[in-house]
Amino acid sequence: MAERAEPVPARASWPLLPVLKRMAAMPLKDPFAFAGLVIYLLFVLVAVFADQLAPVDPLEILFTKAGKLAANVPPGVEFPLGTTNLGRDIYAQLVHGTRSALAVGLSAAIIVATVGTIVGLVAGYFGGTADAVLMRIADMALSLPFLPFVIVLTGFLGASTSNIVLAVALLLWPNSARVIRSQVLTLRERAYVEAARVTGASAWRILFVHIAPNILPLSFVYAAIAIGWAIITEASVSFLGFGDSTSVSWGMMLQDAFASQALSRGQYAWFVPPGICIVLVVVAGFFISRGYEEVFMPRLRGR
Amino acid sequence: MILEVDKLQIHYSTRSGVARAVDGASFVVPEGRIVGLVGESGCGKTTAVRAIMGVLAENGRQAGGRVVFKGQTMDEATTRRLRWRDIAYVPQSAMSSLDPVYTVGSQLVEVLTKRGTHSRASARARSAELFDLVGLSERRLADYPHQFSGGMRQRAAIAMALALEPSLLLADEPVTALDVIVQRQILDVLRSLQQRLHLSMVLVTHDISVVAYLCDEVVVMYAGQVVESGPVREVLARPRHPYTMGLRNAFPDLLSDALELVPIAGSPPDLSEPLSGCRFVPRCPFAQPACSIDSVVTGSDGHRSACRRDAEADTIRTAALDPRTWQRSSSFAMS
Amino acid sequence: MAALVELRDVVKHFPVTRSLSELVRGAHPAVRALDGVTFDVGDGDAVAIVGESGCGKTTLGRLMLKLVEPTGGAISFAGAPMAEITGEKLRAFRRQAQLVFQNPFDALNPRFTIYRAVVEPLINAGIDKAEHADRVASAFRRVHLADFDRYYDRYPHQLSGGQLQRVVMARALVLGPRFLVADEPVSMLDVSVRAGILALLREVRETMGLTAVYISHDLALVRYLCERTLVMYLGRVVEDAPTEEIVRRPRHPYTQALVAAVPVPDPDQSRAPLPIKGNVPDAREPPSGCSFRDRCPHAMPRCATETPALKPVAGGHQVACHLDTPTSP
Repeated sequence: MAERAEPVPARASWPLLPVLKRMAAMPLKDPFAFAGLVIYLLFVLVAVFADQLAPVDPLEILFTKAGKLAANVPPGVEFPLGTTNLGRDIYAQLVHGTRSALAVGLSAAIIVATVGTIVGLVAGYFGGTADAVLMRIADMALSLPFLPFVIVLTGFLGASTSNIVLAVALLLWPNSARVIRSQVLTLRERAYVEAARVTGASAWRILFVHIAPNILPLSFVYAAIAIGWAIITEASVSFLGFGDSTSVSWGMMLQDAFASQALSRGQYAWFVPPGICIVLVVVAGFFISRGYEEVFMPRLRGR
Repeated sequence: MILEVDKLQIHYSTRSGVARAVDGASFVVPEGRIVGLVGESGCGKTTAVRAIMGVLAENGRQAGGRVVFKGQTMDEATTRRLRWRDIAYVPQSAMSSLDPVYTVGSQLVEVLTKRGTHSRASARARSAELFDLVGLSERRLADYPHQFSGGMRQRAAIAMALALEPSLLLADEPVTALDVIVQRQILDVLRSLQQRLHLSMVLVTHDISVVAYLCDEVVVMYAGQVVESGPVREVLARPRHPYTMGLRNAFPDLLSDALELVPIAGSPPDLSEPLSGCRFVPRCPFAQPACSIDSVVTGSDGHRSACRRDAEADTIRTAALDPRTWQRSSSFAMS
Repeated sequence: MAALVELRDVVKHFPVTRSLSELVRGAHPAVRALDGVTFDVGDGDAVAIVGESGCGKTTLGRLMLKLVEPTGGAISFAGAPMAEITGEKLRAFRRQAQLVFQNPFDALNPRFTIYRAVVEPLINAGIDKAEHADRVASAFRRVHLADFDRYYDRYPHQLSGGQLQRVVMARALVLGPRFLVADEPVSMLDVSVRAGILALLREVRETMGLTAVYISHDLALVRYLCERTLVMYLGRVVEDAPTEEIVRRPRHPYTQALVAAVPVPDPDQSRAPLPIKGNVPDAREPPSGCSFRDRCPHAMPRCATETPALKPVAGGHQVACHLDTPTSP
């Protein structure tokens, strides 16, 4: 055995720390995840500095120096992506749309991951009635048709961004809960979990100290997937005209462009950029989730 | 000799460099005999048979030496031609390699018609014959694998390997996961096959009592090399290499009077690091400085040992029985 | 000597998924993992439980540690009925009864350092933090892991099987238990390290005055650990005797077969042909009477109707076979 003496800080740290460290280091190893992360960072920067990047109010109706409505201005120095048929700055809409996209994506992701993880842990570990009830609720949520449900719910509760997030979260948590539950079912049978029982660990301690760190990367996978789904859903709902008309989003831009027949007028600068942004954010989410899947299922390292 | 393995070298490329899993191993399999290939995990025994069978893992390659089967040096083309037909292999996980959605019989027929030259009708007759050979009832051909117990699945796996009438059977840990009584039944099947079909066999195992029960010859491997080989009776009764002695004394014996097992301190070397001389030196209580420089294979054709101190084998064997000899063996303890 | 663990007619059934016909008939099929097991483990004794897979030996070990609850019968630990050990009493019990696992590669949380794994029981037992480092160090010293503090910050995958099993033992011993169950403690280890672990098990039992139960499929190994062996077949104890008696003079036909089947590393020892044939029957539907009868070379009509009870035949030797208990007139 080749063993080198190492300094020994005999500390009992929370087992989550190494997991988090490894998850933070992951994108450096996987080029796709790295690309996804870079895309996200760019969008986050754009969202944070939206007011500096595009000082113009995206909903303000603009006029030319001659006092005429600045409608359908082609891309140029003054308006990088031109203006809409109502004289609004497309570039400003695109930049500000990043905010609502990320807000929708991240809040949905956080809700989905939190609810899915807790439900999955409880159902998987305790089993019995709790499992049966939670999983039947999950089955019901899974059987709802996606877009119609979102449209109906926002119709009832009002067409606000937060209601869209709520609807997406209601529909997406069962996926993560089911997968996490099945993972907990296998982890529960591992000898080291039994060892924790024998050495007197309580059920909650086993759940959160021994099992949860092992499924955390899985929660992240589902959070990353939820970001993409939430943004697509928000865009679809807005595009169909059921969105929040007071906020600027990429879906709403697409709907405006469609309604004003931008395509037939060849105003590509109006609908291509928001389309590309949606694709980029969604793809970035999937790239990152792919990377975390690999963290979650590391090949057994030989000794 | 049906099979000769000569200075075989198998390298695996791994993240930590090249691992020399088999490093110059030589042994022979006489026609109609059962040869046991023993050693602990990581000694290269499984790699060696996989190389003979031509089913090395993706990152493995034959880096040197040769395998001669019936006088013919094996290369990729000959291996492919002879595989299953003349040389058959029962891998370690054979029991779980049956397809759960087809009956065992139909899988056997498949092998006989696709790989062999049987018609469907003759394949069915042959399947019944094969089942009889391994001690399974013909009726069980219609069963699905999940209806078989572990022992029956292992019998079926052996039947499948024998389908094309090979002359050499390579079996990797065929009884390891089985209960003692089932294990004994499978060993008896293998023995009857050797006698009835005049089959030659290489049996890979970590269990020297399985070797003692079934094999005619034994090849002891350590860290990718053969440290001792010869007739089972000779090698197990009068081992000449300290590793064989250690293994023998560490092994529980239901009938011996000694109620003490002797562990071998330390663990096998890392095969991705350059090694010279005898690989057992760091764990060997009998090692001398010269042992680290090179190793010498001595002995007559029958019983060969790769120990430099082979001439003193009898005194070493007596000393090896004492547990104190093996405690924390540092390199050049006894000289 | 007083018994530390007492089992009285312990039964454990595991429900299995019902087939459609069983559903219609209203049947509740179950695997009878244990079917009436009675024995005592004396304080300070080392008892082996031997049998083939599916005989119920692992379930028995888990019952004695209160990891599963029996379907019927009673178990007691140090005079207290196991069923009443709950809450605070259970916490105290967990400090006294420990388990050594079969697979050391799976028995340690891959995300915990070695130190963390061994300190965990102390945290669970609410031991003062100031004592942790000392108690962990003394547990490591007990298992003879040389230069143990070098391992503290390592993770399980960085250690060899033998080292891991020592860590698993350190974890089991760190609370100073009085009862230890070892479930196939060496079956996953290489031959050269097995002997060391067996010697260690023997040593800690003697120095710590432990009561121990070793579960194993390997009669040859058990000889090196335990003075007394119980042989199980399909959820029942068929023979209970000093280990040397079991090995040299087995009386139950199943034990005789088991002993005959064990290979020995000596080619000059000719082994008798197996006295039985066939396979272990389905534990869902064991034969009536003696569950071994359809494989037994000595089966009599009586074996089909009457289940033989475990009866003493000689000093400390009990057998559950009608051959040994002729019908009384």
